[in-house]
Amino acid sequence: MSEKVLMKGNEALAEAAIMAGCKHYFGYPITPQTEVAAYMSKRLPKIEGGVFLQAESEIAAINMVIGVSSTGKRVMTSSSSPGIALKSEGLSYLAGCDLPALIVNVQRGGPGLGGIQPSQSDYFHATRGAGHGDFHMIVLAPSSVQEMVNLTFKGFDLGDKYRMPTMILADGTMGQMMEPVSLDLGEVTKYDKPWALTGTNGERKPNIVNSLFLKPEELEQFNFDRYKRYAEIEKNEVMYEEYKMEDAEYCIVAFGVAARVSQNAIDEARKNGIKVGMIRPITLWPFPKEVLNKAADKVKAFISVELSMGQMIEDVELSIRCKKPVLLCNRTGGMIPTTKNVLDSINEAVNYGGAK
Amino acid sequence: MNKQILIAGFGGQGILFSGKFLAYEGLIDGKEVSWLPSYGPEMRGGTANCSIIISDEKIGSPIVDKPDVLIAMNTPSFDKYITEINPGGQVFVDSSLIEKKSERDDIEAHYIPATQLASEKNLSGLANMIILGMFIKHSGIIPFENIEKAMKKVVSAKKPQLFDLNMEAIKLGYEYEG
Amino acid sequence: MKVFEKPQALTDAVLHYCPGCTHGIIHRLVAEALDELGVTGRAIGVAPVGCSVFAYNYFNCDMVQAAHGRAPAVATGVKRSDANNIVFTYQGDGDLAAIGTAETVHAAARGENITVIFVNNAIYGMTGGQMAPTTLPGQVTQTSPYGRDVSKVGYPVKVCEMLSEVDGAAYLERVAVNNVKNVKAAKAAIKKAFQNQIEGKGFSLIEVLSTCPTNWGKTPIDALKWLDENMLPYYPLGVYKDKTQNAE
Repeated sequence: MSEKVLMKGNEALAEAAIMAGCKHYFGYPITPQTEVAAYMSKRLPKIEGGVFLQAESEIAAINMVIGVSSTGKRVMTSSSSPGIALKSEGLSYLAGCDLPALIVNVQRGGPGLGGIQPSQSDYFHATRGAGHGDFHMIVLAPSSVQEMVNLTFKGFDLGDKYRMPTMILADGTMGQMMEPVSLDLGEVTKYDKPWALTGTNGERKPNIVNSLFLKPEELEQFNFDRYKRYAEIEKNEVMYEEYKMEDAEYCIVAFGVAARVSQNAIDEARKNGIKVGMIRPITLWPFPKEVLNKAADKVKAFISVELSMGQMIEDVELSIRCKKPVLLCNRTGGMIPTTKNVLDSINEAVNYGGAK
Repeated sequence: MNKQILIAGFGGQGILFSGKFLAYEGLIDGKEVSWLPSYGPEMRGGTANCSIIISDEKIGSPIVDKPDVLIAMNTPSFDKYITEINPGGQVFVDSSLIEKKSERDDIEAHYIPATQLASEKNLSGLANMIILGMFIKHSGIIPFENIEKAMKKVVSAKKPQLFDLNMEAIKLGYEYEG
Repeated sequence: MKVFEKPQALTDAVLHYCPGCTHGIIHRLVAEALDELGVTGRAIGVAPVGCSVFAYNYFNCDMVQAAHGRAPAVATGVKRSDANNIVFTYQGDGDLAAIGTAETVHAAARGENITVIFVNNAIYGMTGGQMAPTTLPGQVTQTSPYGRDVSKVGYPVKVCEMLSEVDGAAYLERVAVNNVKNVKAAKAAIKKAFQNQIEGKGFSLIEVLSTCPTNWGKTPIDALKWLDENMLPYYPLGVYKDKTQNAE
């Protein structure tokens, strides 16, 4: 195994993308993800066939991504919340054209220009409304610098496998922090892309990358077929991690930096004899519905810990079909819940409905 | 062992750099480490701080809000965090920039005129490393032998003179009797 | 014996354009240029949003359909993926000169080695005849029912003139397809724009003045005449920039 190195999340993610075979990057500066672009601008020109281009806007960047992806090559862009909103048009086109691409959102507080401190308030955007029309992206939520690396590598693979955009939904903390990482990522799986625009060379019928279907029956059928693929993904690609759930009576649900803070709170609470554990979704879409639903038969209450006004909590409630109470522990606008905030919520859960 | 360290001061004092050095020290020593900077406009003249955690266990939150160790390099940071230090913790104070003294009797306080020493010894800009040297001596969490290795990770090989200066600064702080 | 044939670079699909619309002529000119230069097999076209959205069904080469105005950005990606690709966009005036102005200007500024075919008919065709960025002063459209009032909605955008100030642009020419002489000149310009790309000379844009009999409310013949009498004075034909002569 190679020696671990200390890397910033944003830079580690960029290196992992290169290791995944991504040679094309298009972006536009915005805090707190600019290190991704800066890293790519240094590395890609040194790689054969590597292209780094700072676009005139996030809109142009995502369309350049569409251009490269339509030729069958791995490609990525990164931004932060307001910039991701601008990319929404392109995300919908990627989905409608069945094109893979990796999109990184290192979230900051909103709405509007908001702030620049960490946030998870684009959860709805990523999992519900990334653009117009019926579609999903695969949404991966790293909670360490190592996962920034591993999920980026995996994200490219899933995108190619299912021909769809994949989003890394990180936050300012994940982007800015440094942790030791291993860059042992294994082999890149190559996928056949007979649909790619490579020039007909006069030897085949033209390939067309398109999302326009004026006949509603036709468009409906395309959407049905795409959702069949989504069903496969929901069956096969759900990722999550459990922490001290074996005997848990209370279950925290948290991703990204919120999961890291929750881990501290769980350790503290257990010192006081409170049996609390955590289910940490790694894929936000597909959401780990089943594991949560099963947990609902065992635990007394759930706590959704989020850096937003409460967005993932809706998925938690839907997953457990409201069988148990779900409390919200949240900070927003760039604030991060403290260990104490989470401990307070755990105590609230313990006392909920006069229990104990 | 789980040490929560907070280094705080003005942007431009090398807060993030010394934090990075510390994180590498921990990594070389086989520990789990995390380094988290404050980010944004602070880096251009405002306050800057940096959370470093060195632990035997997998690290939960990378955010240090209750430090075991505070390295304070300006008065606003001293004021803001002195009350947050965990009982039994330590504070290291650049006494050439901070006139105040700790009034807490449940923490250990060390004072070093790091900025003044830096200018006297032609180590201008390296007060951060001088105070870090003192921290290394009194905290006991980092083996002094690893310092050179960690320094090689954070100082570019193309700038050997910087390596020597940084090492000199650390030793100065390490040997300082205050 | 020379037989008048359909270019290889056009498919057998029947064009959906209105009777008298000059898109068909422009499609043919692009296809002839691709064939004559022998690059149809490595051509990748980018279709816009607007009347020519179905260009992807008509050109017999690989095609990608872009969001409204984004064709130059998509083309940038396709070209940067493989410099051997011969990449062109085919865009209307709303697409290129309104919603896609930024993408157009910056592709030119970067000197992207692509070919842009810009069809200017002074109106939004597909949505049914609204005011375009190139609609002439006083011209009546669905959304300028009292005629374009420049004091309220400003002046038409003259794309070739504007881009001629952009250092990255290599070749800019305005042509028209309202008579045989102009069609021949248009063909030569389009071919040159592709030749420039083959030779790596950078960003070429050919603005083609075109008709929209349906939304102008004119017969095809009258439309050609209207173009001649109204558009040509406002949008003079000619080469607006040519950096390709002394480029190498």
